[in-house]
Amino acid sequence: MADLFDKFEPMIRMRQSIVIEHASPVDVVMEEILSPTEAMIEGRRTILAGTNNYLGLTFDPRCIAAAHAALDAAGTGTTGSRVLNGTYTGHKALEAAIAGLYGTDHCMVFSTGFLANMATIGTIAGKDDVILLDADSHASIYDACTMSGATIVRFKHNDPDDLDKRLRRLGTDGGNVLIIVEGLYSMLGDKAPMKELVAVKNKYGASLMVDEAHSIGVFGDTGCGVVQEAGVMDDVEFVVGTFSKSVGTIGGYCVSNHPKFEILRLAARPYMFTASLPPSVVASALQAVEILKSEPQHREKLWRNATQLHDGLSRAGFNLGADVSPVVAVKIDDRDMAVRLWEQLLINGVYVNLAMPPATPQGLNLLRCSLSAAHTPEQIAKVVDTFERLARSNSVLSKPAA
Amino acid sequence: MSNALDDIRTLIAPYNKKGVAVTPETTFATDLEWDSLTVMDFVAEMEDHFDIIIPLNMLPDLETVGQVVDAVDTLIEKK
Repeated sequence: MADLFDKFEPMIRMRQSIVIEHASPVDVVMEEILSPTEAMIEGRRTILAGTNNYLGLTFDPRCIAAAHAALDAAGTGTTGSRVLNGTYTGHKALEAAIAGLYGTDHCMVFSTGFLANMATIGTIAGKDDVILLDADSHASIYDACTMSGATIVRFKHNDPDDLDKRLRRLGTDGGNVLIIVEGLYSMLGDKAPMKELVAVKNKYGASLMVDEAHSIGVFGDTGCGVVQEAGVMDDVEFVVGTFSKSVGTIGGYCVSNHPKFEILRLAARPYMFTASLPPSVVASALQAVEILKSEPQHREKLWRNATQLHDGLSRAGFNLGADVSPVVAVKIDDRDMAVRLWEQLLINGVYVNLAMPPATPQGLNLLRCSLSAAHTPEQIAKVVDTFERLARSNSVLSKPAA
Repeated sequence: MSNALDDIRTLIAPYNKKGVAVTPETTFATDLEWDSLTVMDFVAEMEDHFDIIIPLNMLPDLETVGQVVDAVDTLIEKK
């Protein structure tokens, strides 16, 4: 007799084919969090080089104090949706702060970044509309596109000419076309050619949504992301983002100047039918947004760290995914070797992300590092040294270090 | 079956690692053993070759080569 779980057999077989000797990459337990950059894992003090905690704000005393105060004042949760009993003063203040950061008329805050994409993409685009999305888009974008019911068309990753070609083939006036890209792509750490994409978007009169999940706090003079760095803030119709990376907590947002944007509060189901963020989360996010806007020194430190890691791994001979960014992805050709190196890095006190097909672009096996402003130069030197030592002992690196 | 079959056979060839004989009944998942990444690369090649758009929404219904040929013919007619 058929079983409801029969459809997962290919996934189960794939999982069983991966030789895991020591630890499962999806089952790492952080037993004790020591700081933004260290935790106890399996009883070992471990450098966290794969957390997306870009500005290291998870232990910022001001964020913690704000969360404590909100917890004391408003309790542990709202127990309701934003459209019912779940809108507190803090939610409105946070939305005003993010709109102020971007200089937009509107901001909506969501309970996760995933929901921000589901709510905006899945509601803005409908069955008579067309979405053109970058091929390497995040799973939440793909799922949101499916939810929208729109006609979904992929264009080649970071390729404005390919976008142009597909828009031409569509033959529309662009009014019902939503283009979706990311500012910084999370797996390889490559950045979108925003100016060129905007030029194509404007040529066809389409709308552009940029997911800045990995770029808020990282790029731009006040940390707005790649759109700000590229000087195209006024040419982007929608920016979505998350609080779970640079902002150091959980939640998501969308900003826009579209005059009818606020109707989404009554139309977006992932906004209407989910409990709103707890007051303590809202308060820490609000404090963190103020910090990332007004204290560029964290961003400057992050970029120094990123350069040190990228240069170190590059000099060692590793094949990296992209130019310098806070995401540094090491490409490993052989899947089993990628798993082995990941395990050995963990045993040697370095935690990174193991990413493999089908979750990776181009079917690559990646040992993905994401850096923090809170990392010290000594920690990064240890990460580089551990990578190099293990890769040489496993014959992944054959040539001598430059 | 239209002339698109010959073109599609040619486009499939570089991805036909096991040298499977391609007929209209050939399935992508079972016979050719393509993963999702291969399917996406192939779709992009077909789009460029025929100068058409093949929306992602159509892919779940395209299990065999014959179904793809019919879909391509329809999309070409709509141009």
